[in-house]
Amino acid sequence: MIKIVKRDQPSRAIFFFTPVLAIFLTLVAGGLIFFILGFKPFEALKFFFIVPIADKYGFSELLLKATPLCLIAIGLSFCFKSNNWNIGAEGQLTFGAIVSGGVALLFYEQEGFYILPIVILAGAIGGMLYASIPAILKTYFNTNEILVSLMLVYVSKLILDYLVVGPWSNPEGFNFPETRQFSDSAKLPLLFEGLRIHAGIFLALAAVVISWFVFYKTYLGFQMKVSGFSLKTAKYAGYKGKKMIILVFLISGACAGLAGVGEITGPIGQLHREISPDYGFTAIIVAFLGRLHPVGIIFASLVVAITYLGAETAQIFMQIPKYTGQVFQGMILFFLLASDYLLFFKFKFIGSKK
Amino acid sequence: MHKIFIRSFVSSLVLLFTLTVAAIAKDVKAAFVYIGPTGDHGWTYQHDVGRKAVEAAGFKTTYVEGVPESADAERVLRQLANSGHDIIFTTSFGYMNPTNKVAKEFPNVKFEHATGYKREHANVSTYAARFYEGRTILGTIAGTMTKSNVIGYVASFPIPEVIRGINSFTLAAQKVNPNIKTKIVWAFTWYDPGKEAEAAKALIDQGADVIAQHTDSTAIVQMAEKAGVYAFGQASDMDKFAPKAVLTSVENNWGPYYVDRVKAVANGTWNQKDTWHGIGDGMVVISDLDSQMPADLRSKVKKLQADLASGKVHSFTGPIYDQKGNLMVAEGKTADDGMLAGMMTYVKGVEGDIPK
Repeated sequence: MIKIVKRDQPSRAIFFFTPVLAIFLTLVAGGLIFFILGFKPFEALKFFFIVPIADKYGFSELLLKATPLCLIAIGLSFCFKSNNWNIGAEGQLTFGAIVSGGVALLFYEQEGFYILPIVILAGAIGGMLYASIPAILKTYFNTNEILVSLMLVYVSKLILDYLVVGPWSNPEGFNFPETRQFSDSAKLPLLFEGLRIHAGIFLALAAVVISWFVFYKTYLGFQMKVSGFSLKTAKYAGYKGKKMIILVFLISGACAGLAGVGEITGPIGQLHREISPDYGFTAIIVAFLGRLHPVGIIFASLVVAITYLGAETAQIFMQIPKYTGQVFQGMILFFLLASDYLLFFKFKFIGSKK
Repeated sequence: MHKIFIRSFVSSLVLLFTLTVAAIAKDVKAAFVYIGPTGDHGWTYQHDVGRKAVEAAGFKTTYVEGVPESADAERVLRQLANSGHDIIFTTSFGYMNPTNKVAKEFPNVKFEHATGYKREHANVSTYAARFYEGRTILGTIAGTMTKSNVIGYVASFPIPEVIRGINSFTLAAQKVNPNIKTKIVWAFTWYDPGKEAEAAKALIDQGADVIAQHTDSTAIVQMAEKAGVYAFGQASDMDKFAPKAVLTSVENNWGPYYVDRVKAVANGTWNQKDTWHGIGDGMVVISDLDSQMPADLRSKVKKLQADLASGKVHSFTGPIYDQKGNLMVAEGKTADDGMLAGMMTYVKGVEGDIPK
């Protein structure tokens, strides 16, 4: 007989094992879905997960796609670790892109080494400003940060719409909703000729290193962890809760803003209505799949990035509907949450004796 | 000796080249990049109908749906160009810069961009339809059928394509009914059933009893059906979604153009061009006319359709005045394509201002 027993303590091994289990289960379930849809499951999975990154170009596209996801997820992990539910990274990304894009347009057709750093900084500040709204409302007016940050996503997209349709639209562009192309000095340099991977990847790697240091080597990281486990304990310990809430939101907003900068000054090179395919929301999956651990987030961002690339390849070569990519992202999160059950419970085999 | 060697070398090269060309011409592969799902019953759906016509003509096709206009578009295009496709149709305005960028890297692949204006490389063509001709028909019907003399119009974005449609529609409606007013609501979306339905509702509340649309979902005709007012289908025949409300639809018929261009690649006759086809070339098609319309209106519309096709009637024939009463097109003249392409002012009779 098998009995389900509560664990005395959440298992640390299981904690890092369940994401792998979730990915495995996603592959199995995905194969099954392909089979039901009438595709050869192994061939489909090959086109989904192997073919897209089989060459140098594909691999660079994977890194290009994973960069914003990783950057945003690192930022979100500051919030999530400390019990602050920032759901609005997409809005912070958009607002960061707006501010940095605005600065880039100011330097239209100008050259200079100082332009790019200003453009990048502007994006980080834009993201921070936008993230400070839910943070301040939460600390001083006790509002729900989930709602506020989420609603602000739609506000940011409307602001972007307004700007690219109206005042910032390209004067030579027949009123189509897009700005001018940024000058080369305002664009992130490419790392290799012919590949799209750009210097933005270093921003993501720097965020990984810094977050690891803060989480595990500083007093702030400890405070965040305690607040995450129990807000009351944090209060009794005398931590300044308000200051920390604002700080984690600012960090998270800066990261999302930088991800926006990476898109518009990297592969896109201008502002238009669609600068992000919902990176800010997908990064929430990445953060949890990576267990809010910097190294875990690197791997998770690569796994999630490949679901985007794989969906395109599978449609081109096998005519599998492209929206299966989103199904895969959903399944990963579902199986992860489901297998978290194992963190707190275990199966115990009990003999049939009395 | 030397000369003979060169000559035979050259002739074998030529032979090799012709063989390769012949081999390519046999199986031309076409690819289509879509902004939405193929089941949207609007813009993307109609492009996919066109793709199926290419398949029916005996060519292999590939499509990728739901490709965002973000950094992802460029990757999809490069992958299609890299995987043996000879001609790639990019069917949304936002693909303009990625299309030109990738075209530069693949000079042997032909690119066809819908609704754009950039042809930076010899292997990029652009194409669009003269939808405003269809809107001349809709305006004629709306002006005749309205009782409140208020006509609603749900618009997407303030770009020349949409302004041109509003103007063409209003001019035609005024011709049959000088008292009409066209009220515009800007939805700032091409496809958002919720927003579109709200916009239609706002117009109906303001007294509009005929609703036209320049957005792609079926939400507007369905809202019109509920409210008991008339409407027109957009992009595809939307009659089945609102049989009482829909008087007719303007259909986007890309098939003939697509087949033509893919065949041109196969024959080696493809060349760069900027295509702007209307009713005459069959790119714009008017669906069946609803029996609720009086018989004389129906025959009038049929005649107008034939005259637009033959070029006897032009949607923008002077005298045309703008909202302030300034002359835009003189009597007896018609607006040229340059003026149409950059049209950013309302004609007299349209209410409100163009959002800036």
